[in-house]
This record gives sequence, structure tokens and C-alpha cells, in this order.
Amino acid sequence: MYTDEMRASIRKVEETRARRLEEKHPRLAPEEKDALLKGFHPDYREDTQRPVRVGPSAGDRMPHEMVDLLEARSLIDAGHVPLDAPEYDVDVLVIGGGGAGASAALTAHEIGAEVLLVTKLRLGDANTMMAQGGIQAADKPNDSPVIHYLDVIGGGGFTNRPELVRALTNDAPLVIKWLEDLGCMFSKEADGTMQTIHGGGTSRKRMHFARDYTGAEIMRTLRDEMRNRCIPVIEFCPALELVLDDEGKCAGAVLKNMETQEGMVVRAKTTILATGGFGRLHVSGFPTSNHYGATADGLVMAYRAGARLVFLDATQFHPTGVAFPEQMLGQLVTEKVRGIGAQLVNAEGEQFVFPLETRDAVSSAIIRECQERKKGFATVTGQPGVWLDSPMIELIHGPGTVKAQLPAMFRQYERFGIDMSVDPILIYPTLHYQNGGVEIDEFGQSSQIPNLYIAGEAAGGIHGRNRLMGNSLLDILVFGRRAGRHAAERVAGIRVGKPSLDHIKDFDEELEGAGLGKACSPMLLPDYVGR
Amino acid sequence: MAQPEAVIDSAAPEMSTIYIMGKRYEVPKGLTIMRALEYSGYRLVRGAGCRGGFCGACGTVFRTQGDYRLKVGLACQTVVEEGMHLTQIPFYPANKALYNLEELKPNLATLVQLYPELPRCVGCNTCTKACPQGLDVMDYMAKAMRGDIAKVAGISFDCIMCGLCASRCPAEEVQYNVAILARRLYSRYIAPPAGHLAERVREIEGRKYDQELDRMANMSIDELKELYNTRDIES
Repeated sequence: MYTDEMRASIRKVEETRARRLEEKHPRLAPEEKDALLKGFHPDYREDTQRPVRVGPSAGDRMPHEMVDLLEARSLIDAGHVPLDAPEYDVDVLVIGGGGAGASAALTAHEIGAEVLLVTKLRLGDANTMMAQGGIQAADKPNDSPVIHYLDVIGGGGFTNRPELVRALTNDAPLVIKWLEDLGCMFSKEADGTMQTIHGGGTSRKRMHFARDYTGAEIMRTLRDEMRNRCIPVIEFCPALELVLDDEGKCAGAVLKNMETQEGMVVRAKTTILATGGFGRLHVSGFPTSNHYGATADGLVMAYRAGARLVFLDATQFHPTGVAFPEQMLGQLVTEKVRGIGAQLVNAEGEQFVFPLETRDAVSSAIIRECQERKKGFATVTGQPGVWLDSPMIELIHGPGTVKAQLPAMFRQYERFGIDMSVDPILIYPTLHYQNGGVEIDEFGQSSQIPNLYIAGEAAGGIHGRNRLMGNSLLDILVFGRRAGRHAAERVAGIRVGKPSLDHIKDFDEELEGAGLGKACSPMLLPDYVGR
Repeated sequence: MAQPEAVIDSAAPEMSTIYIMGKRYEVPKGLTIMRALEYSGYRLVRGAGCRGGFCGACGTVFRTQGDYRLKVGLACQTVVEEGMHLTQIPFYPANKALYNLEELKPNLATLVQLYPELPRCVGCNTCTKACPQGLDVMDYMAKAMRGDIAKVAGISFDCIMCGLCASRCPAEEVQYNVAILARRLYSRYIAPPAGHLAERVREIEGRKYDQELDRMANMSIDELKELYNTRDIES
């Protein structure tokens, strides 16, 4: 599969391998890291973002692609939706069928609430399913939620909301226990001890995993449990707008059946938005590791209803996306590959960054190596990349380790004729994660809209400006569980007022006043037709 | 705004002829079936998910030129071939037993009670040949019929539950649902629970870390930076 030019570069990687096995690349000093980020991270470039001109976060900078959606009109005609005759009337409406939505629904259901989950694609079609690397939790004797707290807030550039980090790290062992009890198959030692490894930016080995299908194993377990408990789910039926009542409290949502094109209204005492992030907007033209449905629909809906968005100027590029072969472009190469020993090397076979710096720093170092130092390798299509020296894993841990520890990764490359246990793989940063989202409190409640909760990637503030590996699978479950519990416990005291979509009319008027609103949103699905 | 993930070389790419549900289309060589569907003008609602081989949304049945046999694969992971005939099967209406994991025992009787068709397996190996993950499905079904739940869990672990095994099974087994039942039984009852985890949960429920976390949450950024930059890192 590799071309002759690639083979020539790979020989250089092989020549330096024995030396590099002994060599430890120095970690970045804080000021070096700072300069690296400012020089090369796409967030810091002038041409990638602009301030949004309307709505509750007006003036805040965000990627152009996100602003385009926020400055667009609603897809619905707000004056002609039969709000008084809802098709469903439930306690808790969960919008989104990934890990956050499923854990919220299961938790609310446990408490006895009447729950309805609606989702744009199938239950389980979400980034959760694709997360290979692992989930962090401080449950080993040399670790604690306090040590985890420091790693999270340091990794986030000390910008994270403290109360959210506190919730994240203190609940972490509780969600691992919840999953263990649900029969989620974590990789364990024979005595039951969880196998744990480092991830970028961790000070303890607290990355739990289920081989390299961690997210898939969690998601299929939660989905199986949803089905066993017969919790109602409506698939292929995304929400288009939130409904508010006459007191401005969230009262449900307007949905659209994507197969029949019919509209539908759900009245709910509490609503949990778990719609994920914006990877499929292809911010700054980057390829993405994200799921087909990651089009930021929930952010658009919440924004029109009056919720503030925070940290949306901070985008996470995963340092190791596939740069070759073309068919896999943008797909993720899990951080675990570096976690168990693979180094990053340039076309000359030299290391240029400590492999387990935080993701923002490693991404910036790769971009610098290719753009400024011209030491990357460019494929025939012009896609730049650097080598991730995966065969080192076999030298460190023994033959067969790559296939045993990274079966998903190994299989995907094998399909295209590349044996990553023998040859290094070419990688380049890929658009991976939306660090920001809708502003929430420690129970997942919207800071602005009563009775609205947000969980998972759609929420912002937990990770500050940069999330660490293994804290996203964690946050969807921690805040999914918290939102589900809080939302369900409060339903007895909630009386829903007269439903209204006046906020949509008001927003559309604001757009018109600003000369905006030519396009419509949410996007629902990216447009790849005819390309 | 949105860009396709695989950039197609605009300088007159080499084309392949394919047949989507019997209808002829010309698509650039080297595309996956999923990209070929989109290139041909299909806007996928069903039949597309993670686009990376993890979710099982894009099961596809196809036939290649000069071959009478039906093959199956994932649209996002299978490259089109000249003369390929294809259709997607994004949903398969297979039986899924409902159960309360807390009331089950990890043994053969449980498997057979929930999936009575299990012993009907004729060992034809069609499931193994169908699996896009390359799993030895027939082998884990054989282990299931002997009640070896740990083996079923281990062998089936990489299953993405696309349902292609069931779609081709002459005995009407639901292999992927048997497999998840086995994995949940194994993890809940056979693998020992993590002692360190139970201990940490007890500590957290006893509010052991509350005070220290509160102290952290109220620290100035300079104090946090100092702590962070001097923290010890497990080797």
C-alpha cells in the first residue's frame, strides 16, 4: 500500500528506532508550550473565527462554520406548530441517543420518571461508539479525585469551571462502578483489578479501557439496558427547536421525522439536550474523526431559546488522525497507541515532541513540524503527515501486542493493506472535539433556561479550553447521570405553562434586523451528496 | 461549508461502473461504498453512522462481477469494485430477548431460555464468512451451546452488532444478541469485581475527598499552576 517515496522515509524511521527506544524526548516547559500553541494551534489564527452578531453570546468569537449556523433562521414556521396538541406528554424528554442521552434516560427511569428518548439517527449512533482509548477515573490506591482534579484543570489551561471539574472527578469512580454492575466488559487483571494506563496529560495511570472498543462497549451495554427496560425511543426523529412556556421555562421540543418529513410536538416537564458537538462542520477545513450526526443541532436550538454558549472558540484537534490511506482520512488513531509506547517522528526519523503532551500541544507540534520546519511527509494528494512509529509497541511489549491491545486499529489498517505492527503509520491532526458548549451548572442545568439540562459534548465549561483523553467518555456519563437524576427528581414539582415558540419569532426578527438569516439551521446532516 | 472526508482528485479520476439497487452509476475508483452512494447523489439518512467501522449502521449486501455469490460488508469500509451490484440493509428485524441482568445466572440454561433457537445451529459457518469484523462467529456460537460464557464474551468482543451474521443464518440464530448477553453475564458474574474500585466508591460516598476538592475549587490560578507544574507523575 505504501509508495516507494513512503518506503524510503520509513527506512529512515527504522534506522533510528533502536536509538529512539533508549531516548526520552524532553517534555515542554510551560513557556515553550505557550509559544507553541500561540504559533501553530488553529484556534489562535486570525482567519478561522469571527464574533457572532446576534443572540445571548453576541460578541463572542467562534469558528465561522458555527457562527453561520447561529446566524441562520429556524427550519420551522413558528406560527403554525400545533403546540396545544402534543403527540407525546412526558416527564423527561431526552434529545440525543449517545452515551450522555442513554445514561440520562436510564438514570431518570431508575428514579421512576416517565422518559422518552428521541434521536436523529439510531440509538447508539454517536461519537461515544467511536471512542476507543478509554475512560479516566481515579480509583487506584496511588490516585484520588483530587489528583485527577489537578490534571483536568491543568490540561484545560486553568479555565475550566471548578464546580464542574469537582463533579467530574468525584463522580468518576461511581460511574465506573455503575458500568461494572451493568456488565460492561472492562479489561481487567485475573484478580479483578482494572487495567489502567496513562493518557496525554495524566499524572497517574487512570485510563480504564475495554480493549480498544471502550466507547463501543459502554454504548452497546447502555443500549442493551435501554431495550431491556423498554424505555421508549424514537429514532430518525431529531428535534428542530425547543418549546418554552409562558414563563420562559423549557417545556419540550418540536421534532421532525426524517423518514416521513412529518412534524411532531413533545411536551415535557424537563428536557435534557444530549445532542453532541460540531465535528461534522469541518471547522477550518480539517478532516474530522466525528460521527455523521455531529452537526451541533443542540447548540443552535438552545441558543435560540436563550442559552449562553461558552468556550466555543476552543476546538480540539486530535493529534493523530489518519493522513494515509485516503479512504481513512481524518479517522482517529487512538491515543492509546502513544500510551503504550509509539513515538512521533518526522520524515527523517527524528522525534520532535514528547508523545504524551496534552493534545493541543502535540497537534501544534505536528503542524509546526510540517509547516514551518518542512520535515513532514506529504502524500501524493498533498496531505502532510508525520510517522507514528507503532512497531515500537511490539519491541517494548512483545510480538503480537498491537493486534491484542489495538484490534480495532489493527483491523482498520489491515483492510487497506497496512500492517501497523510492522510499519509505522502516517498521521496528521484531525478535528476531534468541541471543548465548549452550552453553559451548565454542576447538575447539568442550563444556567439561563429553567427545566433545560445539557449533557455530553453539547455542554461547555467542564474541560475549559482543552479536554484530556478519557475525560469525554467520563463526562457524558457523569453529567448524563446527574442531569437524569436531577431532572427526574424535580418533575413532581413542575407545572408546565402555556407552550410557546415566540422565542423563535423574536430570534428571526433579530436576525432580520441585523441583515442576517439567509440560510436555515440546524444542519441535521452534513452535505456530502454529489461529492 | 461541509467537506467530504475523502478528497476526490478533480483531474478526471479513473471511474468504476457500479449498480446501486440495479441502477447503473459511474463513480471514481477507490471510493468506499458509502462515498460512492453519496457521490451518486444519495443523501444517506439510514445506512450511515460513524463512518469508521464501529457502529454497524451500514451493512451492505453485494455481488461482484462474474461471481454468483452474495457477499456482505460495511459500506464505510468496503471499496467499490468494477461491476459491483449492491444494496444496503441498514436494519435487520432480528429477535432480542428482554431480561433483567440482576435476575440471571451465568449458565447455559439462561442462554437457551432466552434464545431457544440456540441449539438449532447447524454449524454451516455462514455467519463467520459474513462477519465484517473477521470474528469466528460459528466458534463462539459453538461455545455458547456448551455454556462457555467466558469464551463467548472473549471471542465476540469486537462485534459491532451490524446484524449481517443473522441476516445470512439458515438456522435463524441471532448471534450478535447472544454475544452481548454473554458479555454482560461474563462481566457481571464471572470476572471478579475490582476491589480497589469498590473501596474508592465507599470513600467517595463517605465524603472523604469533599474538603480537599472544595479547597482545590477555591484556589487561585497561580496556586493551581504551582501545584500542577510541580506535580509528581507516575512512571
